[in-house]
Amino acid sequence: MDFLSEHQPELLPGKRTLPPVQGAIEAPHGTTIVAVTFPGGVVLAGDRRATMGNVIAQRDIEKVFPADEYSAVGIAGTAGLAVEMVKLFQLELEHFEKVEGAQLSLEGKANRLSTMIRSNLGMAMQGLAVVPLFAGFDVDRDKGRIFSYDVTGGRSEEQGYAATGSGSIFARGAMKKLFRNDLSEAEATTLVVQALYDAADDDSATGGPDVARRIYPIVTVITEDGYRRLSEDEASDIARSVLERRLEQPDGPRAALL
Amino acid sequence: MSTPFYVSPQQAMADRAEYARKGIARGRSLVVLQYADGIVFVGENPSRALHKFSEIYDRIGFAAAGKYNEYENLRIGGVRYADLRGYTYDRDDVTARGLANVYAQTLGTIFSSVGEKPYEVELVVAEVGETPEGDQIYRLPHDGSIVDEHGSVAVGGNAEQISGYLDQRHRDGMTLAEALKLAVQSLSRDTNGSEREIPAERLEVAVLDRTRPQKRKFRRIGGRQLARLLEGGGAETASEADADAETESGGDVE
Repeated sequence: MDFLSEHQPELLPGKRTLPPVQGAIEAPHGTTIVAVTFPGGVVLAGDRRATMGNVIAQRDIEKVFPADEYSAVGIAGTAGLAVEMVKLFQLELEHFEKVEGAQLSLEGKANRLSTMIRSNLGMAMQGLAVVPLFAGFDVDRDKGRIFSYDVTGGRSEEQGYAATGSGSIFARGAMKKLFRNDLSEAEATTLVVQALYDAADDDSATGGPDVARRIYPIVTVITEDGYRRLSEDEASDIARSVLERRLEQPDGPRAALL
Repeated sequence: MSTPFYVSPQQAMADRAEYARKGIARGRSLVVLQYADGIVFVGENPSRALHKFSEIYDRIGFAAAGKYNEYENLRIGGVRYADLRGYTYDRDDVTARGLANVYAQTLGTIFSSVGEKPYEVELVVAEVGETPEGDQIYRLPHDGSIVDEHGSVAVGGNAEQISGYLDQRHRDGMTLAEALKLAVQSLSRDTNGSEREIPAERLEVAVLDRTRPQKRKFRRIGGRQLARLLEGGGAETASEADADAETESGGDVE
């Protein structure tokens, strides 16, 4: 964003410095994001909880955003900074597309996000880290791809499935056992909801499906037709069917032993 | 010491206006028309790389006749203005009226500044509303004035004749195919009144389509879809055309 840094540098995140503070800063944190590829696309999903210390700061936060027509970002970490980072990222992609008349390559988008995370390193050192998961459909290679990041902006492409956030360890474990190479779109969306359920089961900062308040995970699908967020009804159908099975089998589907 | 010739301000301005008008007249004309589901931009443009029409923001489109490098400069300035405004405040706070004002200021300053040559461009800024009544079309001539247009507008070399032709035939609530055909008819009339054929490959067509589900309403029309709209009956509605475009191009992005 050379233009912005020349004209309105105060709008850019990453230029700010924090005054020295004692201990961790209390701010809402987003928790678990998961992504799964399937032949023809990729699914990106997130739970709805934001926590601040041991308190649930928000029950229905949205943490998965479309970056442009063919990609999406799911955010874990400090919610306020992450949302701003996504907003700027969306702006940059759209701006580039309009000025140049062509879209950035998926690699180009992933690299750009990497630089943005690195510019937040100072804040991350003070406990305000932002660690997104980036997923998109690569129109040149004709497949869905996932990129994960660390706090220093280190980028790595993930094969098959990936997770980020506090519940990611449990989600990853669940996905490892459930993932196959020939998933359909419907199976992939069910898989991410299962993984989020497992994350919520073992991580107190991750929210499970809230049937009473009708708060269900955000599930998005990116294929060659572009970005699509599953409607409230579709998401609730998946979440309810997962929940139904869990009433009989609380630990979820069992993988084969050998 | 030589005494400079006195040139009256009126004469100086008239000369500059004449210069700009001649530059614009060398370019090909383009037309912008309202139709039932939005606003359509049509122009003759043999180049696939240099566009006359482009997207500025969600509901705002840009069209320009005249010198390419000058209007491209203004276009990028407009995209920056819109993106910055939308990022600082909200996407709804970017309006065609605001953008047209910025363009008018820029063009007016350049036009009356003695050190610079006037820009040889004429712009159209259009915003599609929720309903046809909400549509806005602004024409910005080279001198920095703003003209609020309704229904149809033509800019470029043969603009006067074309807008005369359009004014007589354009009506509210036309379908996309009807509006497109009318636009092509108007463009294919030469200054001497004779008609010539403009093949579909030489047309640049874009729409601001209010029925598009996405936030960004700007869409280019080309290839088979354009040929079908030009040939087919007026029955095809814009939403069908949109569905066709989606299946045909597989989500091709401008």
